[in-house]
Amino acid sequence: MPMCLGVPAKVLEIRDSAAVVELGGVRREISVMLLDDVSVGGWVIVHAGFAIEKLSEDEARETLSLFREIAAADEIH
Amino acid sequence: MRYINEFRDPATARALVERIRRDAGDAPVRLMEVCGTHTVAIARGGIRPLLSGAVTMLSGPGCPVCVTPDGYIDAAIALGMERGVLLASFGDMLRVPGKSSSLEKEKGNGLEVRVVYSPLDAVALADAVPDREVVFLGVGFETTAPAIGGAIRTAARRGVRNFSVLSSVRTIPEAMGILAADPEVRIEGFLCPAHVSVVIGTDAYRAVAERRRIPCVVAGFEPLDILLGISMLLRQRKAGVALVENEYSRVATSTGNRKAQELIREIFVPCDTGWRGIGVIPGSGLRIADAYAAFDAERKFGVPVVFAAEGTACRCGDVLKGKITPPGCPLFGKACVPEEPYGPCMVSSEGSCAAYYKYGAL
Repeated sequence: MPMCLGVPAKVLEIRDSAAVVELGGVRREISVMLLDDVSVGGWVIVHAGFAIEKLSEDEARETLSLFREIAAADEIH
Repeated sequence: MRYINEFRDPATARALVERIRRDAGDAPVRLMEVCGTHTVAIARGGIRPLLSGAVTMLSGPGCPVCVTPDGYIDAAIALGMERGVLLASFGDMLRVPGKSSSLEKEKGNGLEVRVVYSPLDAVALADAVPDREVVFLGVGFETTAPAIGGAIRTAARRGVRNFSVLSSVRTIPEAMGILAADPEVRIEGFLCPAHVSVVIGTDAYRAVAERRRIPCVVAGFEPLDILLGISMLLRQRKAGVALVENEYSRVATSTGNRKAQELIREIFVPCDTGWRGIGVIPGSGLRIADAYAAFDAERKFGVPVVFAAEGTACRCGDVLKGKITPPGCPLFGKACVPEEPYGPCMVSSEGSCAAYYKYGAL
C-alpha cells in the first residue's frame, strides 16, 4: 500500500491505544493514540497504521443527499 | 455505509460534469490539485478528459516521494552503507533516485532495508533486534507527521534507544503559499488535500484564500468528491469570492485533529526545508525537536541531509509547480519510464508523471 494513502476502515475491536480494523478485507491492528472515544462498529480513516480521524455518518449522509439533489436537478435541464 | 461506493455513482458524476461545464468560462479555468492521491484519483477516474476545455487540472507538489531531495536518499544510503544501520522505509521510497544511486540498487551492494507499513512497525523492528541500530525513513506531510511523531514518542516511553528517524517532513500550506504567489503558475483555485486537512484543519488555508484571493475547497478522494470540489471552486469564482470550503465534511473539520497537532508540536519544530525541484521554502519543514534529539538520525550519526538544486534535463520541478504537464518534459516516456525512472515524479505511484504514463496521455 502506498505510504500516503488514507482509507476508511471499520473498527472491530479496541485494545488500549490500539484497535483492530478491517482494512481491505484484512484484519489489522492500528494505533488509535491520535483519537478519543473510538468505538467498536465506528469507522475511522487509517493512514500509515494510525487512525487519524473518525468518520461522521451524519455528515456523509448530508453530502450524499446533496449529490442526489444535483443529480435530480440535472434531469430537469 | 462503507464510505466508498456511495461516492462513485456514475449518474451523479455526469450531472456534476454538466454543472462544471455550465459554470466554466470561455477559457479553461486553471485549478490545482495539491495532493498526489487526488492526482491518481483524477487520472484513474478519467476526470481530466471529461472536463477538457472547461477546467485545466494542474498537479501540485503533494507527493512526498516526489519532493524528497536527492540529498536525503544519499544520506539514507550513507547511514546504511557507512554506519551499518538497518533502514526501515515505506515501500515507495526504494526506487527514488539519489545523486548516483537508489536504496533498491544499493541493496545489491549489501544495504539492508525493511519495508514497513507503519512507523510503529519500525519501532517494533528495533525492539526485536536490540543489537542493531534501526533508522526509519520518516518522509511525508502533516498526515504522516503524527504517525512518525507517535513512533518517536512510543520509542522514548519504551526506552527503545536503537531507534531513530531520518526526518524529511513537510507542510503543505507553506508550499501552496509559494505557488499562489508565482505569476507563472496562475492558479485560479486549489483543490486542497483531504487527509492533510483532516489533521491541520481547513482553516489552515485561510491565508491563501484571503490574502492571495484564491478559492480553496477541501475535497475527499472519491470521484464524486473531486467533481463536487471542482464545481464548488467554479461557483466561488463565478460569485467573485475566495473562501475556504469543505466538501469532505464527513472527516475534515475547520480546526482539525487537535491531538495530532499537539503530538506534532511536541516532537517537531518548524524549519526551512528544500523541496526537490522547487527549492527551499521557508518554514515548510518539520525537524525533530531538541528534546528528542536522541531519536534524530541526522544528529545521532552525524549524517546531514544536504539540499542542492539539481541541474538535469528532468523537469519534475516544473511538473510539481504546475508549470508544465508531464508530456511537456523531454524525458517523459523516453528516458524516463516507470520501469526505469529518471525523476521522482515517475517513481511514486502518486507522482504526476507515473499517473500520466499509466493512465494514458490524458
